[in-house]
Amino acid sequence: MATDIIIHDKKDNVGVVVIEKITPKQDCKCWIMEDDSSTDIQSMDEIPLGHKIAMVDLKEGDTILKYGHDIGKVVKSIKKGEHVHVHNVKTKKW
Amino acid sequence: MEIPKSFLGYKRENGRAGTRNHVIILPVDDISNACAEAVANNIKGTIALPHSYGRLQFGADLELHFRTMIGTGSNPNVAAVIVIGIEPKWTKRIVDGIAKTGKPVEGFHIERTGDIGTVMKASKKAQEFSQWASEKQREECPMSDLWISVKCGESDTTSGLASNPTVGNLMEKLEPMGVHLCFGETSELTGAEQVCATRGATKEASEKFMKTWNDYNDFILKEATDDLSESQPTAGNIAGGLTTIEEKAFGNFQKIGNLKFIDVLEPAEQPEKGPGLYFMDTSSAAAECITLQAAGGFNIHLFPTGQGNIVGNPIEPVVKLTANPLTAKSMSEHVDCDVSKILSREMNLSEAGDKLIETTLRVANGRLTCAEALGHKEFVMTKLYRSA
Repeated sequence: MATDIIIHDKKDNVGVVVIEKITPKQDCKCWIMEDDSSTDIQSMDEIPLGHKIAMVDLKEGDTILKYGHDIGKVVKSIKKGEHVHVHNVKTKKW
Repeated sequence: MEIPKSFLGYKRENGRAGTRNHVIILPVDDISNACAEAVANNIKGTIALPHSYGRLQFGADLELHFRTMIGTGSNPNVAAVIVIGIEPKWTKRIVDGIAKTGKPVEGFHIERTGDIGTVMKASKKAQEFSQWASEKQREECPMSDLWISVKCGESDTTSGLASNPTVGNLMEKLEPMGVHLCFGETSELTGAEQVCATRGATKEASEKFMKTWNDYNDFILKEATDDLSESQPTAGNIAGGLTTIEEKAFGNFQKIGNLKFIDVLEPAEQPEKGPGLYFMDTSSAAAECITLQAAGGFNIHLFPTGQGNIVGNPIEPVVKLTANPLTAKSMSEHVDCDVSKILSREMNLSEAGDKLIETTLRVANGRLTCAEALGHKEFVMTKLYRSA
Protein backbone atom coordinates (compact mmCIF):
# COMPACT_ATOMS: atom_id res chain seq x y z
CA MET A 1 0.00 0.00 0.00
CA ALA A 2 1.42 3.39 -0.97
CA THR A 3 2.43 5.60 1.96
CA ASP A 4 3.31 9.30 1.96
CA ILE A 5 4.39 9.51 5.59
CA ILE A 6 5.85 6.93 7.99
CA ILE A 7 5.47 7.22 11.78
CA HIS A 8 7.74 5.06 13.95
CA ASP A 9 5.69 4.74 17.13
CA LYS A 10 2.08 5.48 17.94
CA LYS A 11 3.19 7.86 20.72
CA ASP A 12 5.04 10.01 18.13
CA ASN A 13 3.78 13.54 17.38
CA VAL A 14 5.73 13.78 14.10
CA GLY A 15 5.89 11.68 10.93
CA VAL A 16 8.51 11.44 8.15
CA VAL A 17 7.75 12.21 4.49
CA VAL A 18 8.83 9.23 2.36
CA ILE A 19 7.86 10.46 -1.10
CA GLU A 20 9.87 13.05 -3.05
CA LYS A 21 7.82 15.87 -1.48
CA ILE A 22 4.35 16.69 -0.25
CA THR A 23 2.66 19.95 -1.22
CA PRO A 24 0.39 22.28 0.83
CA LYS A 25 -3.19 21.01 1.30
CA GLN A 26 -2.19 17.51 0.20
CA ASP A 27 -4.16 14.68 1.79
CA CYS A 28 -1.48 12.26 2.94
CA LYS A 29 -1.64 8.62 3.91
CA CYS A 30 0.38 7.74 7.01
CA TRP A 31 1.60 4.33 8.13
CA ILE A 32 2.45 3.69 11.79
CA MET A 33 5.20 1.06 11.88
CA GLU A 34 4.80 0.00 15.51
CA ASP A 35 1.32 -1.50 15.17
CA ASP A 36 0.96 -1.52 11.36
CA SER A 37 -1.98 0.89 11.51
CA SER A 38 -2.90 3.78 9.22
CA THR A 39 -4.02 7.36 9.59
CA ASP A 40 -4.46 10.47 7.42
CA ILE A 41 -3.31 14.08 7.62
CA GLN A 42 -3.60 17.19 5.49
CA SER A 43 -0.32 19.07 5.03
CA MET A 44 0.02 22.85 5.49
CA ASP A 45 3.50 23.24 3.98
CA GLU A 46 5.62 21.84 1.18
CA ILE A 47 7.81 19.22 2.89
CA PRO A 48 10.63 17.30 1.14
CA LEU A 49 11.58 13.62 1.42
CA GLY A 50 12.94 12.74 4.86
CA HIS A 51 11.62 15.83 6.59
CA LYS A 52 9.06 15.79 9.40
CA ILE A 53 5.42 16.86 9.59
CA ALA A 54 3.58 17.72 12.83
CA MET A 55 0.78 15.23 13.50
CA VAL A 56 -0.79 17.50 16.17
CA ASP A 57 -0.67 21.18 17.19
CA LEU A 58 2.46 21.84 19.26
CA LYS A 59 3.26 24.84 21.44
CA GLU A 60 6.55 26.32 22.62
CA GLY A 61 8.17 24.10 25.25
CA ASP A 62 6.45 20.90 24.09
CA THR A 63 8.55 17.78 23.57
CA ILE A 64 8.88 16.20 20.13
CA LEU A 65 8.44 12.43 20.26
CA LYS A 66 9.88 10.15 17.58
CA TYR A 67 10.69 6.43 17.99
CA GLY A 68 8.47 6.94 21.08
CA HIS A 69 11.31 9.00 22.61
CA ASP A 70 12.18 12.64 23.36
CA ILE A 71 14.17 14.11 20.44
CA GLY A 72 14.02 17.82 21.35
CA LYS A 73 11.87 20.79 22.33
CA VAL A 74 9.56 23.09 20.37
CA VAL A 75 10.93 26.66 20.27
CA LYS A 76 8.23 28.18 18.04
CA SER A 77 4.64 26.94 18.00
CA ILE A 78 3.77 24.49 15.23
CA LYS A 79 0.36 23.72 13.76
CA LYS A 80 -0.76 20.23 12.76
CA GLY A 81 0.43 19.59 9.18
CA GLU A 82 3.35 22.04 9.31
CA HIS A 83 7.01 21.33 8.60
CA VAL A 84 8.99 20.43 11.76
CA HIS A 85 12.72 21.16 11.60
CA VAL A 86 15.57 23.34 12.89
CA HIS A 87 13.47 26.52 12.56
CA ASN A 88 11.02 25.41 15.24
CA VAL A 89 12.72 22.58 17.19
CA LYS A 90 15.99 22.50 19.14
CA THR A 91 18.02 19.89 21.00
CA LYS A 92 17.76 19.56 24.78
CA LYS A 93 21.41 18.46 24.87
CA TRP A 94 24.62 20.43 24.23
CA MET B 1 15.95 -17.17 3.23
CA GLU B 2 18.27 -19.92 4.39
CA ILE B 3 21.47 -18.25 5.54
CA PRO B 4 24.66 -19.86 4.18
CA LYS B 5 26.82 -21.56 6.82
CA SER B 6 30.16 -20.51 5.37
CA PHE B 7 32.08 -18.04 3.21
CA LEU B 8 35.37 -18.18 1.31
CA GLY B 9 38.14 -16.52 3.29
CA TYR B 10 41.90 -16.55 3.84
CA LYS B 11 42.87 -18.63 6.86
CA ARG B 12 45.56 -17.03 9.00
CA GLU B 13 48.26 -18.43 11.27
CA ASN B 14 46.40 -17.45 14.48
CA GLY B 15 43.12 -19.15 13.54
CA ARG B 16 41.34 -16.03 12.32
CA ALA B 17 40.16 -15.64 8.70
CA GLY B 18 40.36 -12.66 6.36
CA THR B 19 38.01 -11.45 3.65
CA ARG B 20 40.99 -9.79 1.94
CA ASN B 21 44.64 -10.66 1.42
CA HIS B 22 46.55 -7.38 1.68
CA VAL B 23 50.29 -6.92 2.05
CA ILE B 24 50.63 -3.57 3.82
CA ILE B 25 53.49 -1.11 4.18
CA LEU B 26 52.84 0.54 7.53
CA PRO B 27 54.61 3.78 8.47
CA VAL B 28 55.14 4.20 12.22
CA ASP B 29 55.08 7.99 11.92
CA ASP B 30 54.24 10.84 9.54
CA ILE B 31 57.82 11.36 8.33
CA SER B 32 58.08 7.72 7.21
CA ASN B 33 55.13 8.05 4.83
CA ALA B 34 57.36 8.91 1.84
CA CYS B 35 59.43 5.79 2.33
CA ALA B 36 56.37 3.55 2.78
CA GLU B 37 54.73 4.98 -0.34
CA ALA B 38 57.93 4.50 -2.35
CA VAL B 39 58.04 0.81 -1.37
CA ALA B 40 54.36 0.33 -2.27
CA ASN B 41 55.06 2.02 -5.59
CA ASN B 42 57.99 -0.30 -6.28
CA ILE B 43 56.31 -3.56 -5.36
CA LYS B 44 52.96 -4.49 -6.93
CA GLY B 45 50.41 -6.18 -4.72
CA THR B 46 51.29 -4.02 -1.72
CA ILE B 47 49.54 -0.99 -0.25
CA ALA B 48 50.97 1.84 1.87
CA LEU B 49 48.92 3.24 4.77
CA PRO B 50 50.15 6.82 5.19
CA HIS B 51 48.84 8.84 8.16
CA SER B 52 49.59 12.07 10.03
CA TYR B 53 50.88 11.06 13.47
CA GLY B 54 53.35 9.03 15.51
CA ARG B 55 55.83 11.61 16.78
CA LEU B 56 56.12 12.95 20.35
CA GLN B 57 52.83 11.43 21.44
CA PHE B 58 52.63 10.33 25.07
CA GLY B 59 50.41 8.65 27.66
CA ALA B 60 47.03 7.27 26.60
CA ASP B 61 47.36 8.93 23.19
CA LEU B 62 50.61 7.09 22.47
CA GLU B 63 49.14 3.80 23.68
CA LEU B 64 46.21 4.31 21.29
CA HIS B 65 48.69 4.96 18.47
CA PHE B 66 50.49 1.67 19.14
CA ARG B 67 47.21 -0.22 19.57
CA THR B 68 45.94 1.11 16.23
CA MET B 69 49.19 0.32 14.41
CA ILE B 70 49.53 -3.19 15.88
CA GLY B 71 45.82 -3.90 15.46
CA THR B 72 45.88 -2.84 11.82
CA GLY B 73 48.84 -5.09 11.07
CA SER B 74 47.24 -7.94 13.02
CA ASN B 75 43.88 -7.74 11.19
CA PRO B 76 43.22 -11.05 9.36
CA ASN B 77 42.57 -9.13 6.12
CA VAL B 78 46.32 -8.50 6.14
CA ALA B 79 48.59 -11.35 4.97
CA ALA B 80 51.96 -9.75 5.74
CA VAL B 81 53.36 -6.43 6.95
CA ILE B 82 56.37 -4.19 6.35
CA VAL B 83 56.76 -1.63 9.17
CA ILE B 84 58.85 1.50 8.50
CA GLY B 85 59.65 4.10 11.15
CA ILE B 86 62.26 6.78 11.73
CA GLU B 87 63.60 5.21 14.96
CA PRO B 88 64.27 1.55 15.78
CA LYS B 89 62.54 1.30 19.18
CA TRP B 90 58.96 2.19 18.29
CA THR B 91 59.32 0.35 14.97
CA LYS B 92 60.32 -2.80 16.83
CA ARG B 93 57.47 -2.45 19.32
CA ILE B 94 54.96 -2.51 16.45
CA VAL B 95 56.73 -5.38 14.67
CA ASP B 96 56.76 -7.44 17.89
CA GLY B 97 53.06 -6.73 18.47
CA ILE B 98 52.07 -7.87 14.97
CA ALA B 99 54.42 -10.89 15.10
CA LYS B 100 52.25 -12.42 17.87
CA THR B 101 49.72 -13.34 15.14
CA GLY B 102 52.37 -15.53 13.48
CA LYS B 103 52.11 -13.68 10.16
CA PRO B 104 55.21 -12.50 8.26
CA VAL B 105 56.26 -9.04 9.47
CA GLU B 106 59.54 -7.14 9.17
CA GLY B 107 60.56 -3.70 10.39
CA PHE B 108 62.94 -1.11 8.96
CA HIS B 109 64.11 2.17 10.49
CA ILE B 110 65.35 5.12 8.49
CA GLU B 111 67.88 6.77 10.85
CA ARG B 112 71.52 6.13 9.82
CA THR B 113 70.33 4.65 6.48
CA GLY B 114 68.21 7.34 4.82
CA ASP B 115 65.16 6.97 2.63
CA ILE B 116 66.87 5.46 -0.41
CA GLY B 117 68.70 2.70 1.43
CA THR B 118 65.60 1.90 3.49
CA VAL B 119 63.37 1.80 0.42
CA MET B 120 65.80 -0.64 -1.20
CA LYS B 121 65.95 -3.00 1.79
CA ALA B 122 62.24 -2.81 2.51
CA SER B 123 61.32 -3.30 -1.15
CA LYS B 124 63.26 -6.57 -1.33
CA LYS B 125 61.34 -7.90 1.68
CA ALA B 126 58.05 -6.51 0.36
CA GLN B 127 58.54 -8.33 -2.94
CA GLU B 128 59.09 -11.58 -1.07
CA PHE B 129 55.91 -11.01 1.00
CA SER B 130 53.83 -9.99 -2.03
CA GLN B 131 54.76 -13.08 -4.03
CA TRP B 132 54.23 -15.31 -1.00
CA ALA B 133 50.79 -13.81 -0.30
CA SER B 134 49.77 -14.10 -3.95
CA GLU B 135 49.73 -17.89 -3.63
CA LYS B 136 47.24 -17.88 -0.74
CA GLN B 137 43.91 -19.41 -1.71
CA ARG B 138 40.44 -18.72 -0.36
CA GLU B 139 39.08 -21.62 1.68
CA GLU B 140 35.71 -22.43 3.19
CA CYS B 141 35.37 -20.70 6.57
CA PRO B 142 32.45 -20.88 9.03
CA MET B 143 30.24 -17.78 9.34
CA SER B 144 31.66 -17.34 12.85
CA ASP B 145 34.90 -16.20 11.21
CA LEU B 146 33.09 -13.03 10.13
CA TRP B 147 33.75 -10.09 12.42
CA ILE B 148 31.34 -7.38 11.32
CA SER B 149 31.64 -3.73 12.34
CA VAL B 150 28.98 -1.11 11.65
CA LYS B 151 28.85 2.67 11.47
CA CYS B 152 26.44 4.99 9.67
CA GLY B 153 27.23 8.30 8.00
CA GLU B 154 25.70 11.29 6.22
CA SER B 155 22.58 9.97 7.90
CA ASP B 156 19.12 11.31 7.34
CA THR B 157 15.72 10.19 8.52
CA THR B 158 15.71 7.33 6.00
CA SER B 159 18.67 5.88 7.94
CA GLY B 160 16.64 5.54 11.13
CA LEU B 161 13.54 4.41 9.24
CA ALA B 162 15.08 1.76 7.04
CA SER B 163 18.81 1.32 6.35
CA ASN B 164 19.88 1.20 10.02
CA PRO B 165 17.06 -1.22 10.95
CA THR B 166 18.20 -3.36 7.97
CA VAL B 167 21.62 -3.67 9.63
CA GLY B 168 19.82 -4.47 12.90
CA ASN B 169 17.88 -7.23 11.13
CA LEU B 170 21.14 -8.70 9.78
CA MET B 171 22.63 -8.61 13.29
CA GLU B 172 19.63 -10.43 14.75
CA LYS B 173 19.98 -13.15 12.09
CA LEU B 174 23.77 -13.55 12.24
CA GLU B 175 24.41 -13.26 15.98
CA PRO B 176 23.15 -16.83 16.66
CA MET B 177 25.75 -18.10 14.15
CA GLY B 178 28.61 -16.94 16.39
CA VAL B 179 29.58 -13.79 14.51
CA HIS B 180 31.49 -10.99 16.29
CA LEU B 181 29.70 -7.62 15.90
CA CYS B 182 30.73 -4.09 16.79
CA PHE B 183 29.06 -0.68 16.91
CA GLY B 184 30.57 2.60 18.11
CA GLU B 185 30.02 6.35 17.66
CA THR B 186 29.92 7.34 21.34
CA SER B 187 28.95 10.98 20.73
CA GLU B 188 26.20 10.06 18.26
CA LEU B 189 24.33 8.12 20.92
CA THR B 190 23.71 11.38 22.78
CA GLY B 191 20.02 11.58 23.60
CA ALA B 192 19.64 7.81 23.36
CA GLU B 193 22.40 7.03 25.89
CA GLN B 194 20.05 5.95 28.69
CA VAL B 195 18.15 3.61 26.36
CA CYS B 196 21.43 2.27 24.95
CA ALA B 197 22.73 1.60 28.48
CA THR B 198 19.76 -0.72 29.12
CA ARG B 199 21.09 -2.92 26.29
CA GLY B 200 24.14 -3.98 28.25
CA ALA B 201 24.05 -7.77 28.64
CA THR B 202 25.36 -7.36 32.19
CA LYS B 203 25.26 -4.62 34.82
CA GLU B 204 29.02 -4.16 34.29
CA ALA B 205 28.59 -3.65 30.53
CA SER B 206 25.82 -1.07 31.11
CA GLU B 207 27.86 0.83 33.70
CA LYS B 208 30.96 0.76 31.53
CA PHE B 209 28.93 2.18 28.65
CA MET B 210 27.54 5.04 30.76
CA LYS B 211 30.99 5.92 32.07
CA THR B 212 32.37 5.93 28.51
CA TRP B 213 29.52 8.09 27.24
CA ASN B 214 29.77 10.52 30.19
CA ASP B 215 33.52 10.95 29.67
CA TYR B 216 33.04 11.70 25.96
CA ASN B 217 30.14 14.08 26.64
CA ASP B 218 32.14 15.94 29.31
CA PHE B 219 34.95 16.35 26.79
CA ILE B 220 32.53 17.75 24.18
CA LEU B 221 30.97 20.16 26.69
CA LYS B 222 34.42 21.32 27.78
CA GLU B 223 35.63 22.03 24.23
CA ALA B 224 32.37 23.31 22.72
CA THR B 225 32.30 27.01 21.87
CA ASP B 226 28.69 27.05 20.67
CA ASP B 227 25.77 24.63 20.52
CA LEU B 228 27.60 22.38 18.02
CA SER B 229 24.92 23.26 15.50
CA GLU B 230 27.52 23.28 12.71
CA SER B 231 28.82 19.81 13.66
CA GLN B 232 26.10 17.63 15.16
CA PRO B 233 23.86 17.15 13.29
CA THR B 234 25.94 18.01 10.21
CA ALA B 235 24.68 20.21 7.38
CA GLY B 236 24.12 17.02 5.38
CA ASN B 237 22.06 15.49 8.20
CA ILE B 238 19.92 18.64 8.42
CA ALA B 239 19.41 18.74 4.65
CA GLY B 240 18.16 15.16 4.98
CA GLY B 241 15.62 16.14 7.63
CA LEU B 242 17.42 15.31 10.90
CA THR B 243 16.79 18.13 13.37
CA THR B 244 18.60 17.27 16.63
CA ILE B 245 21.36 15.02 17.96
CA GLU B 246 18.71 13.08 19.89
CA GLU B 247 16.83 12.26 16.68
CA LYS B 248 20.09 11.24 15.02
CA ALA B 249 21.00 9.09 18.03
CA PHE B 250 17.75 7.12 18.07
CA GLY B 251 18.17 6.52 14.34
CA ASN B 252 21.77 5.44 14.82
CA PHE B 253 20.80 3.04 17.60
CA GLN B 254 18.51 1.08 15.22
CA LYS B 255 21.65 -0.59 13.81
CA ILE B 256 21.89 -3.07 16.70
CA GLY B 257 18.37 -4.44 16.29
CA ASN B 258 17.21 -6.08 19.52
CA LEU B 259 20.70 -7.24 20.54
CA LYS B 260 22.49 -6.67 23.82
CA PHE B 261 26.19 -5.76 23.98
CA ILE B 262 28.47 -7.99 26.03
CA ASP B 263 31.34 -5.56 26.59
CA VAL B 264 32.59 -2.03 25.99
CA LEU B 265 35.92 -1.76 24.15
CA GLU B 266 38.52 0.99 24.28
CA PRO B 267 39.24 2.53 20.85
CA ALA B 268 41.04 -0.09 18.69
CA GLU B 269 40.82 -2.73 21.45
CA GLN B 270 40.35 -6.36 20.38
CA PRO B 271 37.27 -8.08 21.85
CA GLU B 272 38.06 -10.97 24.18
CA LYS B 273 34.73 -12.22 25.45
CA GLY B 274 33.84 -14.40 22.46
CA PRO B 275 31.16 -13.99 19.79
CA GLY B 276 28.39 -11.40 20.13
CA LEU B 277 27.91 -7.65 20.03
CA TYR B 278 30.48 -5.18 21.38
CA PHE B 279 30.36 -1.42 21.78
CA MET B 280 33.61 0.39 20.95
CA ASP B 281 34.31 3.92 22.20
CA THR B 282 34.93 5.83 18.95
CA SER B 283 34.55 9.21 17.33
CA SER B 284 31.53 9.50 15.06
CA ALA B 285 33.64 10.64 12.10
CA ALA B 286 33.42 7.80 9.56
CA ALA B 287 37.07 7.20 8.65
CA GLU B 288 38.29 7.48 12.26
CA CYS B 289 35.65 5.06 13.49
CA ILE B 290 36.25 2.41 10.80
CA THR B 291 40.03 2.66 11.22
CA LEU B 292 39.60 1.90 14.95
CA GLN B 293 37.18 -0.97 14.30
CA ALA B 294 39.55 -2.50 11.71
CA ALA B 295 42.35 -2.23 14.28
CA GLY B 296 40.05 -4.07 16.71
CA GLY B 297 40.16 -7.03 14.29
CA PHE B 298 36.87 -6.62 12.39
CA ASN B 299 37.11 -7.96 8.84
CA ILE B 300 34.03 -6.58 7.06
CA HIS B 301 32.14 -3.34 7.60
CA LEU B 302 28.50 -2.37 6.98
CA PHE B 303 27.85 1.32 6.39
CA PRO B 304 24.28 2.61 6.04
CA THR B 305 24.03 6.11 4.59
CA GLY B 306 21.20 8.53 3.91
CA GLN B 307 22.57 11.49 1.99
CA GLY B 308 25.52 9.50 0.57
CA ASN B 309 28.75 9.11 2.57
CA ILE B 310 31.50 7.71 0.31
CA VAL B 311 34.07 6.45 2.88
CA GLY B 312 36.27 3.39 2.42
CA ASN B 313 39.10 1.73 4.35
CA PRO B 314 42.38 0.28 3.02
CA ILE B 315 42.07 -3.11 4.75
CA GLU B 316 38.45 -3.59 5.82
CA PRO B 317 35.94 -3.64 2.93
CA VAL B 318 33.11 -1.15 3.54
CA VAL B 319 29.69 -2.26 2.27
CA LYS B 320 27.34 0.70 1.71
CA LEU B 321 23.60 0.54 1.88
CA THR B 322 20.99 3.25 1.55
CA ALA B 323 17.23 3.54 1.83
CA ASN B 324 17.13 7.02 0.34
CA PRO B 325 15.80 6.63 -3.22
CA LEU B 326 17.39 9.92 -4.33
CA THR B 327 20.83 8.80 -3.10
CA ALA B 328 20.42 5.33 -4.60
CA LYS B 329 19.76 7.00 -7.95
CA SER B 330 22.12 9.99 -7.96
CA MET B 331 25.10 8.25 -6.27
CA SER B 332 24.58 4.69 -7.47
CA GLU B 333 28.32 4.07 -7.92
CA HIS B 334 28.67 4.27 -4.11
CA VAL B 335 25.76 1.99 -3.17
CA ASP B 336 26.38 -1.77 -2.75
CA CYS B 337 22.89 -2.53 -1.46
CA ASP B 338 19.77 -0.49 -2.26
CA VAL B 339 16.97 -0.94 0.29
CA SER B 340 14.94 2.13 -0.71
CA LYS B 341 11.94 -0.06 -1.53
CA ILE B 342 11.32 -0.25 2.25
CA LEU B 343 10.04 3.33 2.13
CA SER B 344 7.58 2.58 -0.66
CA ARG B 345 6.63 -0.56 1.30
CA GLU B 346 7.52 -2.80 -1.64
CA MET B 347 10.10 -4.53 0.58
CA ASN B 348 9.84 -5.44 4.27
CA LEU B 349 12.64 -5.27 6.81
CA SER B 350 13.31 -8.99 6.83
CA GLU B 351 13.64 -9.03 3.02
CA ALA B 352 16.03 -6.08 3.26
CA GLY B 353 18.05 -7.90 5.94
CA ASP B 354 18.31 -10.95 3.67
CA LYS B 355 19.43 -8.79 0.76
CA LEU B 356 22.14 -7.24 2.94
CA ILE B 357 23.32 -10.67 4.14
CA GLU B 358 23.62 -11.75 0.52
CA THR B 359 25.61 -8.62 -0.40
CA THR B 360 27.83 -9.00 2.69
CA LEU B 361 28.67 -12.60 1.78
CA ARG B 362 29.47 -11.73 -1.84
CA VAL B 363 31.91 -9.10 -0.56
CA ALA B 364 33.33 -11.48 2.07
CA ASN B 365 33.90 -13.97 -0.76
CA GLY B 366 35.88 -11.42 -2.73
CA ARG B 367 33.57 -9.10 -4.67
CA LEU B 368 35.03 -5.58 -4.57
CA THR B 369 32.87 -3.03 -2.78
CA CYS B 370 31.97 0.23 -4.49
CA ALA B 371 34.45 2.02 -2.21
CA GLU B 372 37.22 -0.43 -3.15
CA ALA B 373 36.49 -0.14 -6.86
CA LEU B 374 36.55 3.65 -6.56
CA GLY B 375 39.86 3.60 -4.68
CA HIS B 376 38.67 4.79 -1.26
CA LYS B 377 41.21 3.86 1.41
CA GLU B 378 40.81 6.41 4.18
CA PHE B 379 43.15 5.44 7.01
CA VAL B 380 42.66 7.98 9.78
CA MET B 381 44.25 7.65 13.18
CA THR B 382 42.39 8.97 16.22
CA LYS B 383 44.45 11.42 18.26
CA LEU B 384 43.33 12.11 21.82
CA TYR B 385 45.27 15.35 22.49
CA ARG B 386 48.26 17.48 21.47
CA SER B 387 51.75 15.97 21.34
CA ALA B 388 54.41 16.88 23.86
